[in-house]
Amino acid sequence: MELEYDINKIRNDFPILNQQVYGRPLVYFDNAATTQKPAIVIDSLAGYYRTFNSNVHRGVHFLSNKASKAYEEVRFLLQRFINARHSHEVVFTRGTTEAINLVAASFGKKFVGKGDEIIISEIEHHSNIVPWQMLCEKAGARLRIIPVLDDGTLDFNAYLELLNKRTKLVSITHISNTLGTIVPVKKFIEAAHILEIPVMLDGAQASAHTAIDVQNLGCDFYSFSGHKTFAPMGIGVLYAKEEWLDQMPPYQGGGEMISEVTFEKTTWNDLPFKFEAGTPNVGGTIALGKAIEYIQGIGFEYIGMREKKLLDYLTAKLNSMGGITIIGNAAEKTSVVSFLIDKIHPYDAGTIIDRYGVAVRTGNHCTQPIMDRFKLPGTIRASMAFYNTEDEIDVLIEAIEKVKEMFN
Amino acid sequence: MRIEETEKQIVAEFEIFDDWLDRYNYLIEMGKSLPVIDPKNKVESNLIQGCQSRVWLHAEFKDGKVHFTADSDAVITRGIISLLVRVLNDRSPDEIIDSGLGFVDAIGLTQHLSPTRSNGLVSMIKQIKLYALAFKTKEQS
Repeated sequence: MELEYDINKIRNDFPILNQQVYGRPLVYFDNAATTQKPAIVIDSLAGYYRTFNSNVHRGVHFLSNKASKAYEEVRFLLQRFINARHSHEVVFTRGTTEAINLVAASFGKKFVGKGDEIIISEIEHHSNIVPWQMLCEKAGARLRIIPVLDDGTLDFNAYLELLNKRTKLVSITHISNTLGTIVPVKKFIEAAHILEIPVMLDGAQASAHTAIDVQNLGCDFYSFSGHKTFAPMGIGVLYAKEEWLDQMPPYQGGGEMISEVTFEKTTWNDLPFKFEAGTPNVGGTIALGKAIEYIQGIGFEYIGMREKKLLDYLTAKLNSMGGITIIGNAAEKTSVVSFLIDKIHPYDAGTIIDRYGVAVRTGNHCTQPIMDRFKLPGTIRASMAFYNTEDEIDVLIEAIEKVKEMFN
Repeated sequence: MRIEETEKQIVAEFEIFDDWLDRYNYLIEMGKSLPVIDPKNKVESNLIQGCQSRVWLHAEFKDGKVHFTADSDAVITRGIISLLVRVLNDRSPDEIIDSGLGFVDAIGLTQHLSPTRSNGLVSMIKQIKLYALAFKTKEQS
């Protein structure tokens, strides 16, 4: 069955899309950096501050109870969204970066020592590289890297050779932010689990595009950002299996995360609060809940179908132009296209494309190792969401034609 | 010609163009006229850290004036550099340190002045002024 929605109706859900930049309609193709927010999310954030802003989990008053209830309801919603076994396996963070740092600091403190190894891959975002480098430096551990093949897929055989009894954790991306590669994470997880090595997934690029089922994947840790999932900035999620959260020490100290405090000894609160020190982002969390409901209303079946069409349309148009090199040609790919125009510097190209009202990202996309691997000064990246259209792609193509004319 | 006069001249040249495309085309042309930097000065230590395009800047001090040569791997950035060199090259350290460089704003290139993740233009101006200050200090000591 072909799902049909009125694209204009969908676009009207996102107020920001309806504007002009440089006197041209805005074309927003930077969704891998952050997605836009539907009005229902924006209204929810404002509504929280207008009507029931209050601190959670303390105080007996009406507003606090209302805020606490709304906040904890989102935890249940997220439990269902990612199919976690327990709601207390959902920890709220500022975003993916904080979630990875939490695991690196807390899991690392308990389980990673001198001579141990952590495995990541060559296509990771800096956020899934630097926390592990910091941990390895501190613990005297070693960072091992799964190489990427020419088509943008990870070298599974090389990965199998990297796994050994010193490996304490594997942390890899679910979907590459630069190449769009959808990593077949399940087989990576299964291989690690044979040696009882836990696996963390960076889902920053996955949550807006594909259904996540942590039990089916079998991952031990999963993280994603609200702001890349149509929700506000500053709210994100760490999923971790209960058995790990139970064993891990707290990440930060403060209010909320404690059970009892004396100057001699402090005892930790139950999960997940042990990992949520301080006043949380209540408004952002409630708005994240609205974003999740919005996505569920549209459905990943439709989102996947639309984004595949957009990806195929853009890829075909670029390939028919000549002089375009697409970086990342994995068979399983999300709607992210990184490319170069002839030998033109991405900064030059991006400057002109911008003047056509098209928002693309240029540069290394916080993945310098990929640029080094493919010997590139950077790329132009167009990343699309289900609210984008074929007409918008035509505007990008028109801009690229102008770039070719100006710089060749 | 004083720095302000050169700046005014550049602003006037750019005012001829109504269309942003023509302005960029003119900037690209300016970049082509930038004197070639000696390859021996196009080294890592002369590289200015900007996130997106690479910029090399070399400075020498002779007869009380600072002489700059520079290059970039991006064409638009090279155009902007050529304007900076035109305004600031072969000036005294004091002239360089005191320059306001309002022309960048006036010709509508402010977007290239974004302090982060841009083309290193801000770092480049800082580096030029730093060279001027260093030469001045050396001269006085």
